[in-house]
Amino acid sequence: MYLIVDKKSLNPTVTYMEIEAPFVARKAEPGQFIILRVDADGERIPLTIAGYDREKGTVQIIFQIVGATTEKLNHLQAGDSIQDFVGPLGVATETEGLKKVCVVGGGVGCAIALPVARKLHELGVEVTSIIGFRSKDLLILEDEFAACSDELIVMTDDGSYARQGNVTVPLKEMLEAGRTFDKIITIGPLIMMKFVVLTAKEFQVPCTVSMNPIMIDGTGMCGGCRLTLNQDGKRVTKFACVDGPDFDGYEVDFDEAMSRGAMYRDFERHAYEEACNLFAKEVKA
Amino acid sequence: MMLKPNMSLKKNPMPSQDPKVRAHNFDEVACGYTEEMAIDEALRCLHCKHMPCVAGCPVNIHIPEFIQKIKEQDYEGAYQIISQTSSLPAVCGRVCPQETQCEAKCVRGIKGEPVGIGRLERFVADWHNAHAETAPEVPASNGHKVAIIGSGPSGLTCAGDLAKKGYKVTVFEALHLAGGVLVYGIPEFRLPKAIVQKEVDNLKAMGVDVETNMVIGKTLTIDEIFEMGYEAVFIGSGAGLPNFMNIPGESLKGVYSANEYLTRSNLMKAFRDDPVTPIMKGGRVAVVGGGNVAMDAARTALRLGAEKVYIVYRRSMEELPARREEVEHAMEEGIEFNLLTNPTEILGFTNPENPRDPKNGTVTGMTCIRMELGEPDERGRRRPVPIPDSEFTLPVDTVIMAIGTSPNPLIKSTTKGLEVNRRGGIVVEENTGATSREGVYAGGDAVTGAATVISAMGAGKVAAKAIDEYLSK
Repeated sequence: MYLIVDKKSLNPTVTYMEIEAPFVARKAEPGQFIILRVDADGERIPLTIAGYDREKGTVQIIFQIVGATTEKLNHLQAGDSIQDFVGPLGVATETEGLKKVCVVGGGVGCAIALPVARKLHELGVEVTSIIGFRSKDLLILEDEFAACSDELIVMTDDGSYARQGNVTVPLKEMLEAGRTFDKIITIGPLIMMKFVVLTAKEFQVPCTVSMNPIMIDGTGMCGGCRLTLNQDGKRVTKFACVDGPDFDGYEVDFDEAMSRGAMYRDFERHAYEEACNLFAKEVKA
Repeated sequence: MMLKPNMSLKKNPMPSQDPKVRAHNFDEVACGYTEEMAIDEALRCLHCKHMPCVAGCPVNIHIPEFIQKIKEQDYEGAYQIISQTSSLPAVCGRVCPQETQCEAKCVRGIKGEPVGIGRLERFVADWHNAHAETAPEVPASNGHKVAIIGSGPSGLTCAGDLAKKGYKVTVFEALHLAGGVLVYGIPEFRLPKAIVQKEVDNLKAMGVDVETNMVIGKTLTIDEIFEMGYEAVFIGSGAGLPNFMNIPGESLKGVYSANEYLTRSNLMKAFRDDPVTPIMKGGRVAVVGGGNVAMDAARTALRLGAEKVYIVYRRSMEELPARREEVEHAMEEGIEFNLLTNPTEILGFTNPENPRDPKNGTVTGMTCIRMELGEPDERGRRRPVPIPDSEFTLPVDTVIMAIGTSPNPLIKSTTKGLEVNRRGGIVVEENTGATSREGVYAGGDAVTGAATVISAMGAGKVAAKAIDEYLSK
């Protein structure tokens, strides 16, 4: 069992947790992920690592409450334990040799983008961060990003906070104005990453994306997380769990990834409603 | 008491659930011999002096001796004989391909059917599990620590043999549950999970530690395991990496590797009425491949409510590599065999009117081509060759690829000096399981690529013996 050391609500749908997992904390790097099960009958879900404290032996996760498992997880408190917590899995984000990087995060993806920005900042890289949210009440981690970015631009889709528009608007403006980056690293919803890649491509800036497909074991065993890369005119299958989760954004077939991501949508919606009903009943009783 | 030998040419048939009933449940198909059947079958053994069956067994179980004990109705005695050489008798009695091993060598098989050795082994193991009350002995410690990577058949066997000799053994398992392919791969109806759990519990009772959620190559490396004070390491990490055919359409919604499909059903319990892990159920299902894994996937699909399940295999029935009993069971249950058939493309749905239709990208069918057998290949198997212009479409909703697995590269890629072959298998010395790294041994599918439970167990035994010799120096 793995102890929940700390828990905070970052906004109504996003929760922060710090979990005691010394073996994972010892080795975790930005860009890697963990798989957890909330209880003995639970499903395995992958979550990208939001931070780690090697001395305390803890790993931080930030998750959006989108389904039955994250709903159940959100009902646990500091002092409770979760059943399984395994990692660090996947390959760490490549940071070697970079001098100027633009980190583009969207929604809860910002939780994963943050450790990458932090690491780059620690390495002395010039970091420009663009973080976008649907609206002001969904905003997370603004101060944390400010602390590790040379420049921070916050966007909201509805204009309820900071600048209105999506993350590609300021990115495009900067690139048009002649700003240069060694690399753009983007983490967020697939549709957002797809358009960040298109913008990056227009200005020929290399772009890394962090993929988060449906997964079971996280060790390359099931192939459920497979995605297709277009490499030199060839279609190549890769497993996000062991080959990723970071990929060259130019190569990823986003449309296929979006289609595969929706494979169990009906099941997931049903399970989520059931879980919510169950918790609602418990509250009444 | 001298009992008359039973000269019947046929084995005592295995009682099993009615095919119509079992096609809709996950309970075990074969129900096991009664005591009377077991004695009657044991009496078919002629106790030949040269014991060819023993040589046919990868772990050389003293077969005629345990059968003799059955005749004497000393079932616990029979169990003790089996457990001298096999650590998982209840598992092997169920999943071993006896027809190509011990039973293939049985003299009774020359004229008629061989002795049902597998069925007798299962009877003895089940009898022991139901009646024996003695807890396993905890051997005196010899002070040496050994790490085992993977809790499948080779790892459990190696751990058991070393623990019996007094080694302090820790088994590292990547998943949340121990058992490896015995829990994520082989379905409940063929190998009840309670049996695997019992074997794991037995090891724990002998003092073996089982650490789940430890992905070696990620959470810990082999070098770090040595730094932690372990003096030898056995790698039994299996052949977990699924192969795909690399044909168009393999990323459509509804295409699974057999590993994913079976893991969802077996390990994640998607077969239960109220599952937390989803799986596509019902409709028409094609399983590509002809091994035991293909049979397991096909029969799982049927039990999950498929209307129609096809096996699609590019060679003929004769070359079908699955265990004969599984093929027979699958046929009885109504699974249709499309032999000499090979898929060329998987077809998906597209709504030209609505690009956001959630049905877009789901499987609607599979294009296949008929095959014929040509010249034998280097392994002597006749090579399947496509028949021109014989394409046809099989309308299906789910496709499961069961065309084999390769060794998982996670350990190789993080262990310096560990030699692997072209197919990713760890290179070992056959007689010891020793790898190119000192103190590191390997066995099972991680070495050979996908093979059988019993050969993995055999490799686990060989390595345990070699590790003992290495650490006794």
